[in-house]
Amino acid sequence: MALERWFRRNRPTRKEDDNAPAGLWLKCEACNAQIYRKDLVANAYVCPECGHHYRMPVEARVELLADEGTFELWSGGLQAEDPLGFVDTQAYPERLEKNQEKHGRPDAVLSGSALLGGQRVALVVMDFLFLGGSMGSVVGEEIARAAERAAEEGRALVIVTASGGARMQEGALSLMQMAKTTVALEALARARLPYLSILSDPTTGGVTASFATLGDVIFAEPGALVSFAGPRVIQQTIKQELPEGFQRSEFLLEKGMLDDVVPRKELKERVAAIIGLLRSGAAAVPDERKEATRAAAL
Amino acid sequence: MPLPFEKPIDDLEAKIEEMRAYAAEQDIDLTDEIGRLEQRLERLKRDTFDNLTRWQRVQVARAAGRPTAMDYLQGAFEGFNELHGDRTLGDDPAVVAGIGRLGERSVVVVGQQKGRDTKENIHRNFGMSHPSGYRKAMRMFDLADKFRLPVVTLIDTPGAYPGIAAEEQGQAWVIAESIRRMSRLTVPAVSVIIGEGGSGGALAVGVANRVLILENAIYSVISPESCAAILWRDAAEAEKAAEALRLTAYDLLDLGVVDRVVDEPIGGAHKDREETVRRVRDALLEEVASLIGMGSAALQEQRRRRFRDLGRFREVA
Repeated sequence: MALERWFRRNRPTRKEDDNAPAGLWLKCEACNAQIYRKDLVANAYVCPECGHHYRMPVEARVELLADEGTFELWSGGLQAEDPLGFVDTQAYPERLEKNQEKHGRPDAVLSGSALLGGQRVALVVMDFLFLGGSMGSVVGEEIARAAERAAEEGRALVIVTASGGARMQEGALSLMQMAKTTVALEALARARLPYLSILSDPTTGGVTASFATLGDVIFAEPGALVSFAGPRVIQQTIKQELPEGFQRSEFLLEKGMLDDVVPRKELKERVAAIIGLLRSGAAAVPDERKEATRAAAL
Repeated sequence: MPLPFEKPIDDLEAKIEEMRAYAAEQDIDLTDEIGRLEQRLERLKRDTFDNLTRWQRVQVARAAGRPTAMDYLQGAFEGFNELHGDRTLGDDPAVVAGIGRLGERSVVVVGQQKGRDTKENIHRNFGMSHPSGYRKAMRMFDLADKFRLPVVTLIDTPGAYPGIAAEEQGQAWVIAESIRRMSRLTVPAVSVIIGEGGSGGALAVGVANRVLILENAIYSVISPESCAAILWRDAAEAEKAAEALRLTAYDLLDLGVVDRVVDEPIGGAHKDREETVRRVRDALLEEVASLIGMGSAALQEQRRRRFRDLGRFREVA
């Protein structure tokens, strides 16, 4: 099947792969500065003038975090089915196929192994452009497998989230992916391997309410929308204006929900440092209870 | 207020009543006629309720008068002691929890509580919990684990509450944590979806070894109204969305999301609360008993496996 080849084809970044306005020159949506598109891309999709973080294509994200030439693809071998025969204004299989063609991957997630600042990791990046980064059976399974394989291979897990939540078109099975990903993370917990969750814009719904917020350490990018219910839903429910900066990462940091808000350019260094710090503990302070259990088992 | 499709049933019931009254008043024997009408009523009820559309079942699942968690706590468990509070922020009335006996066995029960009238509905926030409610549930899971008591959860919520305070207090965080804590239980856990299983807010207390659902209850990733608003850009298309979402008891049994369907009395749970509570109690007794022999590791592993394996995809590489 050609699914993996799509990724290997290494398509040039297309203009719709991020949320920055198209064109050679663009006006920054945050500071109105005229920026040369190439400068924005070279600056990891962060406005060189004001530091506004644009959404970032998945491949660029991998490039940003993985040490050069170390990323090896794990995901791509799973194809979603249509368990409900779901049709809205379009049939789900058609919607899927269009997204697969457009974005060059079988579903809304990418995973693989890499060195990240020298640390051995499993790296998972969600693709918001693919059906809103929604989590159906394939996304859930890829994340679960990445967590389990990371545990087997003694790697830390790093997930960069970007998702509108559970995928409606797979109904309750999508909902169940929240539990699936959560239980799969237990393999890492048992192996005392760190899981770092990096919340990028936007992370909402069932993804926020499952693996995304279960990281041993949770970082978010500046200005990222992170929520359970979306702002529009809340506004419709309570019928009043939402506070300034509501559900943005800085706000959530203040509320105690995040470990830190980390600018994109510092992300790799900070993640690698945390993994290094967390992993050094096991050697320095061995867990005697665990040793005792193991000895008893032998 | 009868549901729209209940009208012919209600009309026929009224007619039978009228005939009975007339027979008594006039002192004449209408037993045969009444008998025939009663048979017709039974057939009508069966035809109606066996052939409900998914949208109609959504309406039954939300019907006024349907037994709520409290009805089960009072009717299916003996000596129920409600325990309050999350030990952090407050006590969420949308979740009722405590300890009681199910038959001979002590169990910890967590129920999502809708109101039985408008006043209670406002008090219970229509069964939509804040983070505090999930924290209370997690406290109950810990209590059950420590004292080796089986856990029963009763699911009935439109969803976790989407409000400012709920978001500020980490609604998503507590749901994720509750899913994790429930999956880690080393005691038997049985969940029953008794009405509405609204998305993550329901799953947060639904990570059980056995997941049961009442015949006319629903369990969905999103409400039909919200789904319609997003995919059809019109909440009025909820009926279509309900069909597409496959959210009824037998749909979910086919998908492997639930393990068992508990039949409701003919005409729906709201027409015979006592009988419904009795049936749920019987099912719970059986299910808990079936899990009692299992060790803590086996219980954990069975529950983990049950959720780890859910999903449909094919391998193509």
